[in-house]
Amino acid sequence: MDHLDKLEAEAMYIMREVAAECEKPVMLYSIGKDSSVMLHLALKAFYPEKPPFPFLHVNTTWKFKEMITFRDQVANKYGIEMLEYINEEGLAQGINPFDHGAAYTDIMKTQALKQALNKYGFTAAFGGGRRDEEKSRAKERMFSFRNPDHAWDPKHQRPEMWKLYNTEINKGESIRVFPLSNWTEKDIWQYIRRENIDIVPLYFAAERPVVERDGNLIMVDDERMRLLPGEQPVMKKVRFRTLGCYPLSGGMESDADTLDAIIEETLSAVSSERTSRVIDKDGGSASMEKRKREGYF
Amino acid sequence: MDSLLKFITRGSVDDGKSTLIGHMLYDAKLLFADQQKALELDSRIGSNGGDIDYSLLLDGLMAEREQGITIDVAYRYFTTEHRSFIVADTPGHEEYTRNMAVGASFADLAVILVDASQGVLTQTRRHTRICALMGIRHFVFAVNKMDLIDFSQDKFQKIRKEIRILLAEFDFDSETVIPVSATCGDNITKSSANMPWYTGAPLLTYLEQIDVTTRHTGQSFTMPVQRVCRPDHSFRGFQGQIESGSIAVGDAITVLPSRETSHVRSILCGDKTVDRASDGHAVTIQLNTEIDVSRGCVFVNGGTTKVNHLFTASILWMDDAKLVEGKSYLMKIGTQKVPATVLRIRHKIDVNSGQEIPVDAIYKNEIAVCDFSTSTDVVFDTFLQNKALGAMILIDRVSHMTAACGTVTRSLDRGTNLTWQNTDITRSFREKQLGQTARTIWFTGLSGSGKSTLANALEKRLVALGKHTMLLDGDNVRMGLNRNLGFSETDRIENIRRIAEVAKLMNDAGLIVLTSFISPFTNDRRRAKEIIGDSFTEIYVSTPLEECERRDVKGLYAAARAGRIEQFTGISSPYEVPAQPDYIIDTTGRDLDACADELLEKIRPLL
Repeated sequence: MDHLDKLEAEAMYIMREVAAECEKPVMLYSIGKDSSVMLHLALKAFYPEKPPFPFLHVNTTWKFKEMITFRDQVANKYGIEMLEYINEEGLAQGINPFDHGAAYTDIMKTQALKQALNKYGFTAAFGGGRRDEEKSRAKERMFSFRNPDHAWDPKHQRPEMWKLYNTEINKGESIRVFPLSNWTEKDIWQYIRRENIDIVPLYFAAERPVVERDGNLIMVDDERMRLLPGEQPVMKKVRFRTLGCYPLSGGMESDADTLDAIIEETLSAVSSERTSRVIDKDGGSASMEKRKREGYF
Repeated sequence: MDSLLKFITRGSVDDGKSTLIGHMLYDAKLLFADQQKALELDSRIGSNGGDIDYSLLLDGLMAEREQGITIDVAYRYFTTEHRSFIVADTPGHEEYTRNMAVGASFADLAVILVDASQGVLTQTRRHTRICALMGIRHFVFAVNKMDLIDFSQDKFQKIRKEIRILLAEFDFDSETVIPVSATCGDNITKSSANMPWYTGAPLLTYLEQIDVTTRHTGQSFTMPVQRVCRPDHSFRGFQGQIESGSIAVGDAITVLPSRETSHVRSILCGDKTVDRASDGHAVTIQLNTEIDVSRGCVFVNGGTTKVNHLFTASILWMDDAKLVEGKSYLMKIGTQKVPATVLRIRHKIDVNSGQEIPVDAIYKNEIAVCDFSTSTDVVFDTFLQNKALGAMILIDRVSHMTAACGTVTRSLDRGTNLTWQNTDITRSFREKQLGQTARTIWFTGLSGSGKSTLANALEKRLVALGKHTMLLDGDNVRMGLNRNLGFSETDRIENIRRIAEVAKLMNDAGLIVLTSFISPFTNDRRRAKEIIGDSFTEIYVSTPLEECERRDVKGLYAAARAGRIEQFTGISSPYEVPAQPDYIIDTTGRDLDACADELLEKIRPLL
């Protein structure tokens, strides 16, 4: 077995354990490449059965249009149950990434996720988080326990031995499960190539209308994009390493329009993945941990 | 050779683990540019003056940054030209031993740091022992801070000798000792100019080259069933990961624990149909015949896999509450989850000396060898034979925390094994199981003094505290057990004797017994005490005759006064006041709850 076979078997093992032991699991689906890999693994792990749990997309309403199209195509193609959750209260209040900064992420992502998990009473939620993404994730276990307020306590993580996952929880508590913990960005790309997995076209370089803001290339995906005085969208050949809300996702200039070219670029990358996601910068290097303590995925 | 090496780093506080790994990544140019920038930036506010503080790369969490120590396991991923690595950076100080075990259970190799200025410490022994317990068979000792001892070969040789003595206790497949300086970079990625006398490979080179392929002693096929896959009536497959050996279509399979047999009809590896699959692969197996298989069953083809409910295991205790014999936990072993009890703590193992010490309880971060009993038969093997079927965790049934992890060392046979005969279920075992000390609380006093009412109220309080109790009084004894006894002197003595014997049996079962009988004669009470032994507590309800007669709930006093009852205690028969009761309580004019609370306060420390 090569490196990818091992990572694949580990993830499938974890998914089967959760399906067998947890009362009401769900798989978080963010439409990104990691979610595509997760879906692919879930389809494989339970084959010929469909994954025995629904998928949940927490929609901030500011996702790239292409992402939503892709999501609906995927759900249709594989016949899986795709739930969508929008924080309607936040939407009614007009919460947006331009005026509300960190509060936007909190209300439309973190709070929305908590509301969705509470609404359906999910006891375990799969996420595509990887330990190589960010420092505080590097310390999180495969199975991460959340109190009834969905908060993570990094000082009281359960010991996790061999592959004996302890899925016992009390009422109101839940588990976040990260089957891709041991994957790196490079592994993800190589696996996508090997398994021929569909991903959102935004990952491939193409001519797209962008503005340059604080060193990031932000795509003007629809008319809601607020341009600053003097800003003029220009067409550039860009691709995205991570996908989220379009006003918060920085693209990179690139000619990589094939998987091989992307992998080539990734191997020689000079900046780690999350630097192109604008939200991580608020509050310094400990900001992600702070958000996770509050219930962010 | 495996393309991937999973290893852990171990060391005491300030041994410089994080610095070592940080420096290795930095020197090997394995850092992403923005991480490197963040590192240089962070260093200005870090502890190392103007120099780069390499440890900041690894110490991720805010809490540990404030304390300046690593508190959890951090996983790092890097690839050199020759190999991919996953490194678990694990904490050294005792408080977080359990996190260290987490890292060790994940790894094939351990890099253990030894401070050159201090040599082999208690913690070095502890770390090595935990690694060995968790199944690591490859060791690298990095003698760090060589710069502090002037790169002295003599001092290094001395430390190396200490390490070799330490290692002699353990089973391992490979070991090496490398002199390094994590802050200066000596022997990290390139050979040190300061230590020309060291001719071995630098740390990173060694890690790139070491072969850690496991040589399974047991190569026969095993697969614990994770779940049954049944999308429709036409398909019934069993999903799991092959833990050892390989299997092909047509091969015979035995299902444990039922020992039913069948043959393999088809194998899916992921979503692809294959003819054969081997260890490590996640598969779905269909059988030729319809036999009963559910999660927790294990598919085998020959081999040493055992089915039993008694076995011995080495464990690392991780819970704040101590481990006691007799308490019930949930055990997860393979894909089975069953209630399990520690039958006997054989001994604790001193983490420093390896010495076996007899003990009654095991505390957090201690290693012990225990005999276990599971509520039903489980399928397992020794850890040495089969890592997946020989490893287990214990889960606390209330807090749900993982209380211990352990490795099975051998199966126990009830019929022939002396160990089992020595571990009879004793009274003390049952008491521990119930979480209490058994005792007989003997109420004595006149009719109408309030014995039964008090005993009742006390029992309710004890039950509310989670105690297991039984109340013996005239109602439940006279009607059955002592139905054939009258009120003659012989019968009266026999009555008390039987009550005392029953109370004793119940005490032996671990129960707290409350008895409520007038028991007016000193000799009868003395005999009861002799039967019951040290667990006997006498409570004299001293409510005076006038008050009892005034209450006369059942009209017995009136009947006795009228001569309709003979030999009525207090009227026509004496009540011998206890000379030295454990407690005296007079209920005259008192509230029942107050009396019961007072008694509870006195009794509680005894239970």
